[in-house]
Amino acid sequence: MNEITPASIGLSREDLPNSYIGRSVPRPNAPKLVQGRATYTDDVVLPRMVHAAFLRSPHAHARIGAIDTSAALAVPGVIRVFTGADLAKVCDPWVATLDHLKGMKSAPQHPLPLSRATWQGEPVVAVVAESRAAAEDGVAALRVEFEPLPAQTDMETALAPDAVVIHPELGDNLVFTRTAETGDVAGAFASAHKVVEARFVTGRHTGVTLEPRSIIADYNRADGTLTVHHSTQAPHMMQGVFAKHLRMEEGDVRVICKDVGGSFGIKVHVYPDEVAVAAMARILGRPVKFIADRFEAFASDIHARDHRIKARLAVDGQGKVLAFDVDDLTGIGPYSVYPRTSAIEGNQVVNLCGGPYDFKNYRCTTTVVLQNKAPTCQYRAVGHPIATAVTEGLMDLAAEALGMDPIEIRRRNLIADDAYPYTSPPGMRFEGLSHHASLDKLLEMVPVAKIRADQEEARKRGVHRGLGFAAFIELTNPSPFMYGIGGARISAQDGCTVRMDPDGSIVASSGVTEQGQGTEAILAQIVAHGVGVPVSRVKIITGDTQTTPYGGGTWACRGAGIGGEAALQSAIALKQQILEVAGAMLQAAPESLDISMGNVTDKATGAERMTLHELGRIVYFRGDTLPKDLQRELVQTRHFITKEYPFAFTNGIQASWVEVDPMTGMVKLLEHWCVEDCGRVVNPMLVDEQVRGGIVQGIGGALYENCVYDSEGNLLTTTLADYLVPMSAEMPEMHVGHVETPTRESLLGAKGAGEAGTAGAPGAIMNAINDALRPLNARVHEQPFTPERILRALGAIA
Amino acid sequence: MKWPAMGYARAASLPDLWSVLAQHGSAAQIIAGGQTLLATLAFRLSEPGTLVDITRIPELRGISVSSGVLRIGALTRHAELGRDALVARHAPLLTAAVPLIAHPAIRNRGTIGGSLAYADPAAELPACIVALDAVVVTASAAGERRIPARDFFTDLLQTALNPGEIIAAVEIPLAERRSAIQEVARRSGDYAMAGLAAALRIEGGRVVAPRLVYFGVGTGPVLAARASAALEGRALDAASIAAAQAALGEDLDPPQDLHGPPEMKRHLARVLTGRVLNGFLNPSEIAA
Repeated sequence: MNEITPASIGLSREDLPNSYIGRSVPRPNAPKLVQGRATYTDDVVLPRMVHAAFLRSPHAHARIGAIDTSAALAVPGVIRVFTGADLAKVCDPWVATLDHLKGMKSAPQHPLPLSRATWQGEPVVAVVAESRAAAEDGVAALRVEFEPLPAQTDMETALAPDAVVIHPELGDNLVFTRTAETGDVAGAFASAHKVVEARFVTGRHTGVTLEPRSIIADYNRADGTLTVHHSTQAPHMMQGVFAKHLRMEEGDVRVICKDVGGSFGIKVHVYPDEVAVAAMARILGRPVKFIADRFEAFASDIHARDHRIKARLAVDGQGKVLAFDVDDLTGIGPYSVYPRTSAIEGNQVVNLCGGPYDFKNYRCTTTVVLQNKAPTCQYRAVGHPIATAVTEGLMDLAAEALGMDPIEIRRRNLIADDAYPYTSPPGMRFEGLSHHASLDKLLEMVPVAKIRADQEEARKRGVHRGLGFAAFIELTNPSPFMYGIGGARISAQDGCTVRMDPDGSIVASSGVTEQGQGTEAILAQIVAHGVGVPVSRVKIITGDTQTTPYGGGTWACRGAGIGGEAALQSAIALKQQILEVAGAMLQAAPESLDISMGNVTDKATGAERMTLHELGRIVYFRGDTLPKDLQRELVQTRHFITKEYPFAFTNGIQASWVEVDPMTGMVKLLEHWCVEDCGRVVNPMLVDEQVRGGIVQGIGGALYENCVYDSEGNLLTTTLADYLVPMSAEMPEMHVGHVETPTRESLLGAKGAGEAGTAGAPGAIMNAINDALRPLNARVHEQPFTPERILRALGAIA
Repeated sequence: MKWPAMGYARAASLPDLWSVLAQHGSAAQIIAGGQTLLATLAFRLSEPGTLVDITRIPELRGISVSSGVLRIGALTRHAELGRDALVARHAPLLTAAVPLIAHPAIRNRGTIGGSLAYADPAAELPACIVALDAVVVTASAAGERRIPARDFFTDLLQTALNPGEIIAAVEIPLAERRSAIQEVARRSGDYAMAGLAAALRIEGGRVVAPRLVYFGVGTGPVLAARASAALEGRALDAASIAAAQAALGEDLDPPQDLHGPPEMKRHLARVLTGRVLNGFLNPSEIAA
């Protein structure tokens, strides 16, 4: 076992005041954020800086004709106009495929297209001016001839013989397809006691970060370097991207990422307008700033979750799952998004369907096709909410067909808690999960008997309430098996450098990044715990490729599990070095010493021997008094990468209690519960808030959020009045519980916690709505569950 | 997007306003609470030459009762409307409507005059003043006009206001009436998918002068003539309510929108009709 005990890791006792791992330490950066003293990219103002605005395609698909820039160039303040051809001179296109996704194809994408626009909102021409307002005036004065072409918008017809082939050189609109098949699926269905099936739809939606995408690129001709201030999750990845496509050395590109106002996966991708900004800075030799506005965010941030899934489930007479058979279809826009690709979400559906359950026969196909809509890519809980809704929707249908309680059918099928290690039918390897313990914990929290009695009583009054459950698994701590083996320069390893300065204060720099979720808070906790200092004495540096160890950044729930472990190991190494120096000073064996609250102490008695401040003074200013051969490296760096498992899977289960108004189709969320197991909980408060925030985004997908296009590919939801995000007034009371099954891959034992809420919430809400509607013989499987869809299911409207 | 460059002028009085408007002509755009206008500027949907701020004009302020009417100045902000005692006493429909209007920040800035002048078909206040049979008092250099609310809203985002004319006040006749407003909105504060502002009197057990005004279902507030007629002179009971619901189909011609087809809006309007009218029944009447 890898319990963190003094014996196992040479750390201070758990009851010491600087034992922070597992405690709800308030985040040190919160005052800065709430006092408006954060530094977002838009707060950065550089000398000689200019501003970019983009003319975006008004058509879903159009040939770009003549571009007349003369009037735009005459607008006061406008400096220069760039077309696709201008930028192609300094910037190479990219193709977003991964080698391990067999047969995947996509077309070369330029920062600005050379001849055709392929989605409404695609940046086509850039105007650079003294101010953003002047740049927009310039955009308004551009005259671009667009020749509209037929648009391919419906994913269902993307592979039909008469489909518009969006990139003729690819031959068709098929990007990727994969089928996972194990066991005897046909036989299982043939011999099943009951077979249930449904057609599920998950609505295309997007991340809606509070801070929009933001970038300043500054090319310095004097030293040939490009410095990019960027609101991003992955500075090192972007460093590589800018270098490669602008034909520079990676070492000549620096990406700086200060405060980021939310990301949710939106800011881990390569956007053509952002690369265009870097290319324009390269040409101009001046800093160029671009801050997406909300219109641009809706039309050009990645979208996600645009899936149609036909699925079947076979069960035996006891409710045991015999087989899942799933057919997933997803439309990803006109390009796979660089460098992670847009095939991962469908691939995740294949990997994750049926995930919580113990069964043998499995078939799942994903088909990933092109369409003339905004590109889709990874967004919080990639593929998980889709797979969970499908799996859990089918489980409830099976329970209904069998006349079995939905809790009971889950209990009979969840993988046993002592079954690990376990390999799922699609080949996912689970190190250790806690489905039954989590279900038990959930049932301690959810008053099921009381709720069922209330439900029964309310139905007599014509009030329709429902209780729904959704068990889930979540993929966290990704290894190189996620992207690296496919050829992408995306680091699965991360590092942390911890140093002690002369005053005894600690500075840690990490390759993982902070977007508002509290990464820096947990790093400070871990480092303070590991070294033995008050958390207030620790400063954290993230988000600068020149000053932090090379790493992957924060995505796919790896900040705590990967970055946290690197921080812990480097902190322990620093502590050992400090104790060696202290031992020499105090003429004591280093093993007999400890560090507590910034003081070197006698381990046996706890008596204070010297302060770190004093130790620092001697090391840095009176090194002459120390033995000549004494190592005094008060800077230590450690890296961490998972080696045993491709991913650290987590698990959990959610419950949702809702009221449906059958007259209006409105859903009222009454209460929500989530029990999840993210291994070691470093900071319970932050994990709970991650889960709550995740649930809210799951609620968004289930009830509100939807990027709606008309049949011509025009985006209809371009403002926050039309694209509905979940608001606090509609949110239910949420209860969060934990089971802790630490991963043995690391000392810290932490897995990811950021996506659990989003993974399970839509499925739980869907099942709750359908539980409410059951006496009315209606059910819904198409997200978002709008009043219109519920009224249609009820037959209230045709 | 950034606002286009534009001028700004603040009028101190109505005579001052007329001279400022005369000076800027069609380039002038009046601004009060700005809760719609500022968004359209940020979308660059309108590019006025000069914003003319009327918020300091004293003649447009204040809420008073005299000569049998409740007079509400055009600059009355939604939040003020919602907490005003005279409004609560004489036009509780408006008091009930205020919490349904957007969010507190918008209610703190937005004005009744602005809401009526913009004439959004899904807005609450236009429907309310039609239901209350109010009069819109306008002002211009040419003098004052008094326009019945039912004639004020002419088409989608269109009103009877002439160029250079502003709303000065709304006058609501004092009367004993029952009134209620209900709407169905996706989230609290959203424009309604469908809404109903209703006012009627019950005299001798019979419905008198019912005014059922729907919003979010047409090009403006829709005074449902047939549904209202189905109630006139009848006892308010399940039969008359059903008759009103049945008659409603011909009153409404709702457009499709992002939330659903016309059929859904008709359905929701019928549901609201039942809920609002049933709300007027006291419990003993329902039992009967």
